[in-house]
Amino acid sequence: MTGYNPQLNANGELQHLLTIEGLPPEIVLHILDTAHSFLSVGEREIKKVPLLRGKAIFNLFFEASTRTRTTFEIAAKRLSADVINLNVGTSSQSKGETLLDTVANLSAMHADMFVVRHSQSGAAHLIARHVAPYIHVINAGDGRHAHPTQGLLDMFTIRHYKKDFASLRVAIVGDVLHSRVARSQIHALTTLGVPEVRVIGPRTLLPTNVSELGVHVFHDMAAGLKDVDVVIMLRLQNERMNGALLPSAQEFFKYYGLTPEKLASAKPDAIVMHPGPMNRGIEIESSVADGRQSVILPQVTFGIAVRMAVMAILAGNA
Amino acid sequence: MSQPLPDAEDLLVRLAERMRASVTPDTALIGIHTGGVWLAQRLHKLLELRQPLGTIDVSFYRDDYGSRGLHPKVRPSEIPFEVVDADIVLVDDVLHTGRTIRAAMNELFDYGRPMSIRLAALIDQGGRQLPIAPQFVGAEVAVADGEQIELKKSEQGQLSLVLNRQEAA
Repeated sequence: MTGYNPQLNANGELQHLLTIEGLPPEIVLHILDTAHSFLSVGEREIKKVPLLRGKAIFNLFFEASTRTRTTFEIAAKRLSADVINLNVGTSSQSKGETLLDTVANLSAMHADMFVVRHSQSGAAHLIARHVAPYIHVINAGDGRHAHPTQGLLDMFTIRHYKKDFASLRVAIVGDVLHSRVARSQIHALTTLGVPEVRVIGPRTLLPTNVSELGVHVFHDMAAGLKDVDVVIMLRLQNERMNGALLPSAQEFFKYYGLTPEKLASAKPDAIVMHPGPMNRGIEIESSVADGRQSVILPQVTFGIAVRMAVMAILAGNA
Repeated sequence: MSQPLPDAEDLLVRLAERMRASVTPDTALIGIHTGGVWLAQRLHKLLELRQPLGTIDVSFYRDDYGSRGLHPKVRPSEIPFEVVDADIVLVDDVLHTGRTIRAAMNELFDYGRPMSIRLAALIDQGGRQLPIAPQFVGAEVAVADGEQIELKKSEQGQLSLVLNRQEAA
């Protein structure tokens, strides 16, 4: 992305949220700060604010999702928006045309915002380029490319427990190759000035050029987890694997599954995160997933507040 | 504007005295960010109230969100007491159009149904656009069109008033 950023309007405000890559740190921090205020709305008797009353938000999911779609839906409803969920199966032919036709039809129904998940990288960008100027687009995951709200909620979680990004050591573990979550996390962590980001995994599951993103690459868990403050486990994405990248899930767990023994290399107060859904016994042992250092369920709660913040900021930047 | 601005610290003492006879130790104060919170903290001490102090940021309830978007700095609202059946005094620094108070009342009702809500303001600047009236006021100060009084706090915690020329809030 050079110069022109399709996510920003003429005033430099956020028009769409497509990727964290290239976002100014002030905008990322503004989202996190705003999410902090939305967190208390979820604890009240009436968990709603009237900001998006009368707005129509379409959840356009071309790929299966439960947690992400549900948390976007709850976030929109807590902002008093009307939410329409569409689970659209991807047709094998002329995907681009079908996608834009779908969007054009929904725009004719006076949509104000699209939340888009698609197996093709760039799908949300494509929609953002073609919608009317008053419509906002949020990327809820596109192929292997980006999942910016997950990256943001992970930053919110890290800040909640660690307060400051400036002295942290963060390790991202597992299937980085297929993970849009990992890409968004890496961009977010570097944007916020985290001094040391590590990725840990077998060579076959790390992108060949991953070090160009400014991360340190490890293939050994004990070395990679040594003295880290934050451990982010990734889901092993079997559905995205076409070849024999791994001997077996058991083999993967032996070397890269997070067990209490491996976690002992990290700092004693390190937190353990996972974007979900978890494969227990493959990338993480249950005793760690449910253990004292796990913040996996708070991540889900924070995700609602972060998505409320993104929607409220976008819809306000008319 | 012709008259000089009054001293904010004097007004604060006067406001507390005007409230004293009408509050009980169970009266709950809620300061509206940011100036109203400074005042509510001071009033809370002066009036020796028992209920913990509440703070409210009305950004999620403002009626100009559609035209101006979300306020760039939103602070969390913190209401550390049960709102249902509470006797509440909202505290704001400068009362003007009444729109902030409308927003604050709407937000409060999402916490529960209070017994009563009263309004205290350090300055009533006039210019109301909604049927809202304060029960306790430090002083009424008339200003010219386009002028807005603002409460400031020094690093030592000293309160003062300044006059800004700007579009009406």
